[in-house]
Amino acid sequence: MAFLHKHIIGTKQLSKEDIELILETAESFKEVNQREIKKVPTLRGKTIINLFYENSTRTRTSFELAGKRMSADTINISASGSSVTKGETLEDTAKNIEAMDADVIIMRHSCSGAPEYLAKRLTKCSVVNAGDGFHEHPSQALLDLMTIKEHKGKIEGLTVAIIGDIARSRVARSNLYALKTMGATVRLAGPATMLPTGLEEMGAEVYTDINKAIKDADVVMMLRIQMEREGGNTLMPTLREYAQFFALNTENIKLAKPDAIVMHPGPLNRGVEISSYVADGEQNVILEQVENGVAVRMALLYLLAGGSDEEKNDS
Amino acid sequence: MKMLIKNGRVIDPSQELDSCLDILIEDGLIVELAEDIDADGIDEVIDADGLVVTPGLIDIHVHLREPGHEYKEDIITGTRAAAAGGFTSVACMPNTNPVNDNKALTAYMINKGEQEGSANVFPICTITKGQEGKSLVEMGDLKLAGCVGFSDDGLNVECGEVLRRAMEYASGFDMPIIAHAEDEAIKAGGVMNEGRVATELGLTGNPWVAEASTVARDLMLAEFTGARLHVCHISTRRTVELIREAKARGIKVTCEVTPHHFTLTEEAVRGYDVNAKMGPPLRTADDVQAMKEGLADGTIDAIATDHAPHHIDDKNIEFNVAANGLIGLETALSLTLNLVAEESISLSQAINCLSTAAANTLRIPRGTLQKGVPADVTVIDPEYKWAVNAQQLQSKAHNTPFDGWEMTGAAMLTIRNGQVTFERKDN
Amino acid sequence: MGVALQETVGETVLLDSDAIKRAMTRIAHEILEKNRGCEGLVLIGIRTGGDHLAHLLRQRIYDIEGIEVPLGAVDVTMYRDDVASGVTRPMGKTDIPFALDDCHVILVDEVLYTGRTIRAAMDALMDIGRPSSIQLAVLVDRGHRELPIRADYVGRNVPSAREEKIEVTFDEALLPLEVRLLKP
Repeated sequence: MAFLHKHIIGTKQLSKEDIELILETAESFKEVNQREIKKVPTLRGKTIINLFYENSTRTRTSFELAGKRMSADTINISASGSSVTKGETLEDTAKNIEAMDADVIIMRHSCSGAPEYLAKRLTKCSVVNAGDGFHEHPSQALLDLMTIKEHKGKIEGLTVAIIGDIARSRVARSNLYALKTMGATVRLAGPATMLPTGLEEMGAEVYTDINKAIKDADVVMMLRIQMEREGGNTLMPTLREYAQFFALNTENIKLAKPDAIVMHPGPLNRGVEISSYVADGEQNVILEQVENGVAVRMALLYLLAGGSDEEKNDS
Repeated sequence: MKMLIKNGRVIDPSQELDSCLDILIEDGLIVELAEDIDADGIDEVIDADGLVVTPGLIDIHVHLREPGHEYKEDIITGTRAAAAGGFTSVACMPNTNPVNDNKALTAYMINKGEQEGSANVFPICTITKGQEGKSLVEMGDLKLAGCVGFSDDGLNVECGEVLRRAMEYASGFDMPIIAHAEDEAIKAGGVMNEGRVATELGLTGNPWVAEASTVARDLMLAEFTGARLHVCHISTRRTVELIREAKARGIKVTCEVTPHHFTLTEEAVRGYDVNAKMGPPLRTADDVQAMKEGLADGTIDAIATDHAPHHIDDKNIEFNVAANGLIGLETALSLTLNLVAEESISLSQAINCLSTAAANTLRIPRGTLQKGVPADVTVIDPEYKWAVNAQQLQSKAHNTPFDGWEMTGAAMLTIRNGQVTFERKDN
Repeated sequence: MGVALQETVGETVLLDSDAIKRAMTRIAHEILEKNRGCEGLVLIGIRTGGDHLAHLLRQRIYDIEGIEVPLGAVDVTMYRDDVASGVTRPMGKTDIPFALDDCHVILVDEVLYTGRTIRAAMDALMDIGRPSSIQLAVLVDRGHRELPIRADYVGRNVPSAREEKIEVTFDEALLPLEVRLLKP
């Protein structure tokens, strides 16, 4: 089947068939990553720009490797701030990049909607969302699905618990959409201050007691807590209390299915949202997530850069 | 100079009039309102057959941006937009630069509107000096200068004590306090209504309770001080309920709703449409329904636009940082007539909310066609079909979520002080 | 005028399943003869189709020599020269579970046509290892080469027009059924 998207803004836009195609394609690229010579000529001559308005080591490196391993020319631009603080508008920055005949812009931005804004204004370039505000982080969710599928053989029918600051998590949203599309049950849990309204309508089960969310789950995914939240606002009293009630530890992980896997998008706050014993335990697949990240991003870039404009009418 | 408007259906809520009458205007005043006035010796006769003739419309909540932000709008273009929308008077908010907390600026705005503008300008001054929420402006003096009310619009008066004293002091001069009721702390940086759409879009929510809890406080302070309170741009069902109850208790409160808050829901924000970003934010379908009920039962006194012109550079940026607000003067009448078409309110209620009742909230001496008053008249074709083209509006700004909308009903002729300020040309 | 325009969709069976099997048996013999047995020999089929034929070829070699030669599959999508021109093809998986270094690779494909797929396959193999040699076995050679590539083992040479299509079909067990020539 054909992949008809010109941009990857979120997993919300992706159908079951889209996700299956991306994951299958990613499996092919994973084989390349396991070779001694990790390079194929697939995107030779394509120019990929990493436009990052927010710090990120993992995602940026992962996209950069993905491009390079497919022989694309990959350039990193670290910008900072929004239009207001920076002086040049987002539109101007992106149009300048497009004028240099870039094929794909991979964008991270602290404002939700920034990649969609770009996609609407650029005429030639594809836009890949590498995380926007609290909105979506599609490549993270797709690599999570790939990892889950590798371990469980399927996604449909699984129960996935996602625990942490759901309100401010783009990872949670992208995973919710993608997992629901693939037929999984999604449980979202955290302190009530971190659970936004509307999650049930979006298809999730919502818990303030993480033990209930973990119970009999096939997958437990912990989200990173922003350490600077402590004291700075009213979302939680202390990190110590957060760890006491909302961290995954050697005790509560026993509530999950015996063969449950433990995931985390990184970077880890050991001792805050996840105990080191669990993070390093037998059930953790955290580094596999990272490995699959490169393959999934190769798949996304291939599917975007490989298509003709006439075919790809959908944004 | 004599002008005669013949054969129109005259709706004047101030006189409870709704019948086919002629209106004679002489030297800027309405001199006669009767059936079959003789057209002999009249300089200009306007045939309003099939049209509705009303008191000049009054928008009690606009931002004219002058002085300080003339690149967005100024008094000339803002009042031109008003005239095109059928408005003959506007009450302008004080969040200019510098803010209007003094007699000089108040006088400047009134004069500019009178001499160069296309509508009467009734300034609203800040409650506190510099709009800083601390010390009171010279309310008595400002009243003498022509100010019609006090508001720190755009900002809530957070300190309860300051608001209490402002109400007490203003009540001594029989002046209203106009509340932009929104608890900044509860709002917590929210950029749209808190709810499913905000959660999906990953935008910080501004919950209904930020507005309603503040309205509750303000109503109690009004009850306690006996002051006149006018609540701006209400947006939530709970607010309507609170005000309904307060009116029943005899509290001296009035309120307004904007056309966008009774027309659009938070769904309009999808796609990160910056023109659907405003404060207070667009709410749910249930809230929209509550606005219509409030208008129908009289809980809501006035329809006001919160006309907030912005330059494209302030809007064409990331949603989180884009400016709040939309222009409304030229679409308000059509959107209000929509409510009549869908039978939420009657035509005379619609006209009342846009003229007589609006004027009464701030005691603006307009909004009537009684003999002897300045001739502010709007001639409306309720069936006129037109499409909104944001680029072709009279306002300097183009920030409207209604761009491209097919509208029914518009002002065909706007007369202020007996002078035509706008005449719609078919295009 | 007055004559019904008949759609000339012609379909000719070039090889039936028995003919294919005979051809594959012959190719197996030729491979063994040329390489003097199966020392260092590996079979790699090009997805999809060539991999099924490679499987059959391995069976034939086993029937003759009693030895199972290593079998792999290569997907050339990543190496195609038309990725940039705008057709996204579904990506198959390359699966070569052995080292290629110093092997004699028999690359197996269904139909040899422009030679571009074989070029891509050779590039793919070179990225994975350094074989001693690469030989090419195809079921059908239909001509129209665009690159200097020729097959070492050919089941059947079929002269064809460019607008014609040649199709190899397989049954559920992935055994070849027919080679068909489709005229437009």
